[in-house]
Amino acid sequence: MKPYSELLSRAVLGIEPSGIRKYFDLLDEVKDIVSLTVGQPDFVTPWHIREAGIHSLEEGRTYYTSNSGLAELRSEISKYFARRFNLNYSPNNEIIVTVGGSEAIDLTIRTVVNPGDEVIMPTPCFVCYEPIVRLSGGVPVIIETKQKDDFRLTASDLRAAITDKTKLLILPFPNNPTGAIMAEEDLEAIADVLRDTDILILSDEIYAELTYERQHVSIASIPGMRERTIIASGFSKAYAMTGWRLGYLAAPAEIVKHIFKVHQYAIMCAPTTAQYAAIEALKNGDDDIAEMTNEYNRRRRYIVNGLRSIGIDCFMPQGAFYVWPYIGSFGMKSERFCERLLYEGGVAIIPGTAFGACGEGYARISYAYSVRHITLALEKIEKFIKSL
Amino acid sequence: MNEILKLLEQDARLTPEQISVMLNRDVDEVRAEIEQLEKTGIILGYRAVIDWDKTDREYVSAVIEIKITPQRDRGFDYIAEKIYNYPEVESLTLMSGGYDLSCVIKGRSMKEVANFVANKLSTIDGVLSTSTHFVLRKYKYDGVVYGVVEKDERGHDFI
Ligand SMILES: Cc1ncc(COP(=O)(O)O)c(C=O)c1O
Repeated sequence: MKPYSELLSRAVLGIEPSGIRKYFDLLDEVKDIVSLTVGQPDFVTPWHIREAGIHSLEEGRTYYTSNSGLAELRSEISKYFARRFNLNYSPNNEIIVTVGGSEAIDLTIRTVVNPGDEVIMPTPCFVCYEPIVRLSGGVPVIIETKQKDDFRLTASDLRAAITDKTKLLILPFPNNPTGAIMAEEDLEAIADVLRDTDILILSDEIYAELTYERQHVSIASIPGMRERTIIASGFSKAYAMTGWRLGYLAAPAEIVKHIFKVHQYAIMCAPTTAQYAAIEALKNGDDDIAEMTNEYNRRRRYIVNGLRSIGIDCFMPQGAFYVWPYIGSFGMKSERFCERLLYEGGVAIIPGTAFGACGEGYARISYAYSVRHITLALEKIEKFIKSL
Repeated sequence: MNEILKLLEQDARLTPEQISVMLNRDVDEVRAEIEQLEKTGIILGYRAVIDWDKTDREYVSAVIEIKITPQRDRGFDYIAEKIYNYPEVESLTLMSGGYDLSCVIKGRSMKEVANFVANKLSTIDGVLSTSTHFVLRKYKYDGVVYGVVEKDERGHDFI
């Protein structure tokens, strides 16, 4: 038989597993480290939500649901959009319940992108967009956001990146890894650039509930944008439900109609137990969100203050649960810095380059950890820096 | 609800400096407020949460339901005070319902607890009856689950 490299899909063979695989292998090797790497909440899903999932199992609800998800869940998602973000999506034909926000992102890109289409993505960003775009034969067009702009996407950078091949803009805010958000006026400026084009938007709003100084605003609520926007979101971050694998997307019916086909044939439906739990989350989980967000906010202030007081320059994140400190002043590449911090300091953080080339000079630190854990890590980081 | 209290209830070892950063407040202000909370008896103390079952300390604890006749002018308080002054008494609360006081006591053995009830508690003037229930196992107390050590099971390769 020929080598697999000749048998498998060229598109898949062309994808790198992860730019920093080497670093992750190290993480498995080194013992007794204090980790600040994790990209998921440290909270367990609130009990009343878990209980709803358990109850559905006790009732024997173990069948597939309808392809687009339980009608009651879609109806609750629709109400949630209206309640939190002033958005109107019909539960009947404008919402699909998916396997995490991840599936929503995958479905959208596959539905929208033709080979050769350009997809603009502000970086640093979550790692999945670029490979999925490539799988569809799309061409990623990278915009590097900058600290001087608070890591926001600016209208001028966007305008400069648009060509007649531009098909889609991915809008990943609140942002993993920088913690940047786009305020309403920033979105207005983006909307002004897009309004007279045929460019669609994939707005990844998975961290919409985790903003600290102002409420999240969806680009879909800006005039002229709803018709071109697909919102991907989910339960993982807001309700601490990562392992349930449940998310959703919302878009105009004429787009959802086509996304639906991909979902129907590839996935059939999202996990039934998780859907029942999610109904409970949306009906009675607003207080849980508020409490967890408050806790993240306290940790955010604490860790930023801690980093700054040991001499690390650090952008004050406005959303998600990451900080994105500048470590370039220590005279090492990000990956080298993180490797040495791991070996010599006993603390694991993620090199910024994992999130795009422009992450050089930065690192991602998660604060989805207890204050006690963060304190210990900060002490170790300080010791390491002093040893340099 | 007072945010400082909420934080200290979760972790009494937090310093005023840490609290002031977390709440984005002035540290002197936080320090003064904590002092005030202590002075007015809202914060009564700071201590560790210990699962004694995991140590070699031998003890039993019991919940005793006590019926009493309230004293003229002094209501339940007088008898309550007579009871809670015993160092064996861990907690004492006035209840609504079928009995009046709920008393938790800790002793080295069942015999010691039985002696306390027979010799000290029942003999107090105004105590009408007692009903003693020994604690077999503590699952959760004061918001803390016992017997479970939390472990971070999150993988680090999801970024
Ligand atoms: C920006 C962003 N989008 C989407 C996801 C996918 O989340 P899920 O599939 O659990 O909903 C993540 C997870 O880390 C993320 O950080």
